[in-house]
Formats: sequence, structure tokens, C-alpha cells
Amino acid sequence: MTAAVFFGCTFIAFGPAIALFLFTIAREPLRVIFLIAGAFFWLVSLLLSSLVWFISVQISNKESAAQQKGLLIFGVVLSVLLQETFRFAYYKLLKKANEGLLTLSQEETMPISIRQLAYVSGLGFGFMSGAFSVVNILADSAGPGTVGIHGDSQHYFLSSAFMTMAIILLHMFWGVVFFDACEKQRWWAVGAVVISHLLVSCLTFQNPEYVASLVPTYVILFLMGVWAFYSAGGSLRNLKLCLTCKDKDLLLANHRPR
Amino acid sequence: MANNAEDIENNMQNQQEANRSPDSTQKPQETGVPRARSRGGSAAGAGAGTGGGGDSGGGGGGNGTGPEQNGQPPAAPTPRVVEREEEEEDEELTLKYGAKHVIMLFVPVTLCMVVVVATIKSVSFYTQNDGQRLIYTPFPEDTDTVGQRALNSILNATIMITVIIVMTLVLVMLYKYRCYKVIQGWLFLSSLLLLFFFSYIYLKEVFKTYNLAMDYITLAIIIWNFGVVGMMCIHWKGPLRLQQAYLIMISALMALVFIKYLPEWTAWLILAVISVYDLLAVLCPKGPLRILVETAQERNEPIFPALIYSSTMVWLVNMADTDRPNRNSTEAASPQQEPQEAPVASPVPSSPSQDDGGFTQSWVSQQEHRLGPLQSTEETRREIQQMPSARPPVEEDDEERGVKLGLGDFIFYSMLVGKASATASGDWNTTLACFVAILIGLCLTLLLLAIFKKALPALPISIFFGLVFYFATDNLVRPFMDKLALHQFYI
Repeated sequence: MTAAVFFGCTFIAFGPAIALFLFTIAREPLRVIFLIAGAFFWLVSLLLSSLVWFISVQISNKESAAQQKGLLIFGVVLSVLLQETFRFAYYKLLKKANEGLLTLSQEETMPISIRQLAYVSGLGFGFMSGAFSVVNILADSAGPGTVGIHGDSQHYFLSSAFMTMAIILLHMFWGVVFFDACEKQRWWAVGAVVISHLLVSCLTFQNPEYVASLVPTYVILFLMGVWAFYSAGGSLRNLKLCLTCKDKDLLLANHRPR
Repeated sequence: MANNAEDIENNMQNQQEANRSPDSTQKPQETGVPRARSRGGSAAGAGAGTGGGGDSGGGGGGNGTGPEQNGQPPAAPTPRVVEREEEEEDEELTLKYGAKHVIMLFVPVTLCMVVVVATIKSVSFYTQNDGQRLIYTPFPEDTDTVGQRALNSILNATIMITVIIVMTLVLVMLYKYRCYKVIQGWLFLSSLLLLFFFSYIYLKEVFKTYNLAMDYITLAIIIWNFGVVGMMCIHWKGPLRLQQAYLIMISALMALVFIKYLPEWTAWLILAVISVYDLLAVLCPKGPLRILVETAQERNEPIFPALIYSSTMVWLVNMADTDRPNRNSTEAASPQQEPQEAPVASPVPSSPSQDDGGFTQSWVSQQEHRLGPLQSTEETRREIQQMPSARPPVEEDDEERGVKLGLGDFIFYSMLVGKASATASGDWNTTLACFVAILIGLCLTLLLLAIFKKALPALPISIFFGLVFYFATDNLVRPFMDKLALHQFYI
């Protein structure tokens, strides 16, 4: 509960995401706009799922703790499904906008490709999701208090930060895979994304046992990362070329006059 | 509301492009010029606009840049193709430049909101209820019953909006009867008060919060320098970034004053009513905004620009304006802000007991009315005056044409977000939600403008989204997220 905890957890949670934003998105106005639009779509999905949960709580038995917990779990599952639905809706909207633009301009190059849109929208979802999950916790961590004084886990802040980082990156990977799957009409891949999202959320149900929830989440993160890398067109060869600075396309891109 | 301006110019430029296309087909040797025009046009299009599509016609014709008549139907299919290519290229460029200009608006709006939220969260002065109220909102909200409270807030909002309408009409009258000096004087006085007095109070409260000792002499020097440089930057000349920074700062100060002195329900009601008023004033034929624009058009002179944030320096060299001194032909909105505020910052200093009440009220009234129609109109007029033919071709100005946004928009956006962070128990989630909602509203407004090519107000969509998200997040999302955070479930 010091500045160290606050800054540490903030950077753990948002570090990779902010770095990605600064290095790849901040300079392109169109990408920033689509990022914020993605965040907006996530927000709307959250609103709808909160509405349903709220109504269900109002008509339920407020004293029964088990029922409340059950309703919460139902809320989580519903929220995940709604998020993925809104991801699909965003995909459709972007496709329409892109097609419209393409027919208007009759050029082959669109100002922004569907892959970039996938990345940017996934990151937008991730930012908003991470922010809503963790910002209040971070604000509390800057204030006075003792963690776990009543017997709860002492690693609350740290585990929240790590979980948030995983979620943000996962959203980005899910976005890439999802859009790619929709482009290629591979519905099993879409289903896999939804199922992995559900899995990650359900893993958090075990939560004071952080080993049981964080480790599998990071495993899934890694796997989704690899899948997203391959579906975005990456390969081992590309990776090697990029890391040894021999990738001509990348070098050319960096030297392109802006 | 000056967003109208931007958009209008956008539209104007597009119209001009469309006007030019037939030309290019007829006179092949001129193809180069229309292309340059279109490029500059698109960029400029995304810049500050003018009121009403009619202006573009008038402006273009007045500048003699080309046939305003859309006549000369293309004689053959080939010319049609050329036209279409140009139009598409224009569309594409419009989109690219449009995105850039949207971002040029996102950044200052975000900065202003960040300043307001940071102040609200750290300096408790602006969230304290000292029992003081503005004279425009005389009914208290700490009443016994909910019904009484609702009634009081409705009355407050009614009084406030009436004041705004009256002030706007007064300004229109003053403008109609050519009392330019009065307007200019008022505006100058108002910004003087804002830059010196409110910033002094702000600094004082910040020092109190952080328990910093400061002697009056140092404070006087700081405030004096801050104020004088601010007056120079805003009303005369100054580095662009400094001017932008000052405009953002005074918008933030104004928003903070509103957040402090408007009780909760009144504030939300006022926001809603102001958006509706903005919509009506801009779109109705008898709205004050329209009247102002038409008057200015008849006289063929620029309307006083209100406080407007501009992302580029605008040098108005060819402004036909016999009444004003030359200094008015300098940048962005600056000098012309005064005329706006002047009539409004009227007699009030003699007002009641509250220590900063008097100035506050005058400010409020002036700010209120300023949000009125004028912003877009000034912009529009100025942009018309700046039509390409009045200056050398604008190829080099692509990147430099900026966007303008009225400070009233800044103020109300920041006020919404600040109020959300001050009063919402959901704290940061609500603030974030309102922030994203406002940005998306701004984006949509600019998009609508590009589509409809007509004057549209900037407040309604953003404020509507902001209000919806505020109430929804505070009442629905907050309990859900709290429960989730309690169990550490992640969605």
C-alpha cells in the first residue's frame, strides 16, 4: 500500500499494452480512432451484461449468498458471450466500412487493412477490459491500508495486476485470431476463441488460489499468442529475419518517408 | 459547437471540389490546379467550417475561384470518369485528413479532461459544498424530499437556460446594430477576469492542498506573468502551443467553476438542456445562430470569433473589415473572442455575498451565452474569408490547415467528466466510461458532418452518450464490477 505497490502494479498491468500503443498505434490517427471505437464496443457489451445481471439480482433472493454467487457466475458467462458477440458485431461494422471505402475510392490499397484492424480492435477491447478490472484496485492501492489483514491473500494487488496484463494481451490475440477466422470463414476457430475466453474467466473462479488460476491463464496466453502470430502471417522464418535485422520489408518500412 | 464550423468548411471544400470537377474536364490544362485545390480543400475541409452550406456557395462565388454554377454538364463519359476519380480521391483524402483532424481534437479534449479530473481528485475545494450558489441557480438542492429537490433543479436549469438564451439574443442584437466596440470590450474584460482571478483562486487552493507555503509577492509575480502572457497569447500573438495551452487551461478553470457551483441534479439537467438548445439553435431556421450567420452574410463581414481552440495559426490577411483594427487579422480565434464575451460579462460584479460569486456569475452568463451559436458562425465566416482564391494556392497548407473547436464544447465535456469523477461512487470506472463516450460522440459528430455536409452542433451526441454512460455505469455496471472485484472474477 505504498507508491511502490501502486506504480509496480500499474506498470505490470498496463506496461505491455501501453508500449504496444506507443510504438505501433499512437502515430496513426486512424488506428487510434478504431482503438477507441473498440473500447466503446466493449463498454456497450459490459453495459448490457450488467443490465441483465442487475435485473436478475433484483428479482432474486438477496439474502441467499449461494444464489448471489450463482447469479454472479451467470453474469460472468453472459458477459463473456456478449463480449464475443460485440467483437463479431465490430468485425461486421469494420468490414462494411472498409468495403464502402474501397468501392468509393476504387483503389487497391485501403487506408487500413483488416489485420491491422483486428490488432487494434483487440487491443481496444483489452484496454477497456483491463482498465475496468483494475483501475479501482490501483486507486485503492495508493491509499492507506494493509492487504489481507482479515486473513485474505496478501498477494491481491500483485495477482490482480498479472491477471490484468494477461487479459489485455489475450484480448489482443483473440481479436487477431477472431478476425482472421471470420475472414476465412473458419467458424471452429471462432468457437475456439469463445471457449478459451470462457475458460480464462472460469479459471478465475478459483481465485484466492492464484497458482490454479494464473498459471493456466498464462499457458493459454502463450498458446493464443503463438496462434495469433501464425494467423497474422508470421512464421519462424519471418521471426528469424526480423530478429537478425535482415527482414527487408521491415527495414524498408522503417525507412519509408512519412 | 464550433465543430459545426469545422464540418461546414469540410463540406464547403467538398462542394467546391465538386464544383471544380466539371471545370477540370473542360479545361485540361487546369487539371493541376483543381487537384491542388482538392488536396488543400480536403485538408481545409477538415478544418474549421462555416455556417451552412449556403456559405460555401457564397464564399466560393465571392472569391471568384470558379464557377459556382454546377452547370456545364459533362459532355462525354470520359470527363465523367475524370470527375469521379477526382471525387474519390477527394473522399479518400478527406478520410485521411479527417482522421488526422479528429485526433487533433481528441488530444486537447483529453488534456482538458485530464486536468479537470486530476484537480477534482486532488484538490478538495472543488468538490466541497460551501453553501454558495450562483445567482443563476438560486434554489438549493439539499431539501427534505426528493420531489422538492427535483423541482428545484428543474427551476434552476430553466433559469440558467433562459439566461443563456437572453444573452445570446442580446449579442445578436448588439451585432445587428453594430456595437462592435462594446462586444470587444466585454470580451477583453471577461478573459482578463478569468486569467487573473480564477487562476489565482486555483493556485491558492492547490497550495492549500499540498500545504506549500507561498508569500504574496511571489504569488503576485506568478499570477501577473501568467495573466499577461495569457492575454497576449489569446488576444494578440503568441506561440501556437502556448495559446493552445492557455485555452485548455481556461476551459478547465471554467469547467471547475461549474462543477463547484452547480448542484448535482441541476448540473445534469443543464447539460441535457444545453445539448437540446444547441441542437435547436443550430438547426432551426429561426435559431439565433442562423440569424447571426445570415446577418454576417448580408454584411459580408466576419462574425466575431468566440473563444475557439485552433490547432493551427490562422492568418487572416484579406479580411474585409473596416471597423476593426489590424490586430484582428491575426490568429485563430484569438482576438475575436473578446467581442463574444464582452456583452455578456456584464453588470454583475455588484452581486451578492459570495466571495467569488460576482465574477463567477458574470463568467457563467458570458460563458453560457458564448456557447451559443456564435462559435460556429465566427468560424464559418472566417473560413469563408479564407477561401483559396483570396490567397495563393493552398498546396503547401495541407498539413497546416487545422481544426477548430469552440471552448464551450471543451467546457461542457470536461464538466461532464469532472462531475462524473466527483460524484460517482463508482469512481474511476464511471469517469473512464464517460471519457470514452464523449470521444466517440465527438468522432461520430465529425463523421456525420462529413456525410451530411451541413452545420451540425457538436454538443448533443457527445453529451447524450456521456449522460447515458454516466447513469448506466454508475447504477448498473458499478455493482457488477464491485462484486467481481470482491471475488476477483475476471470477465
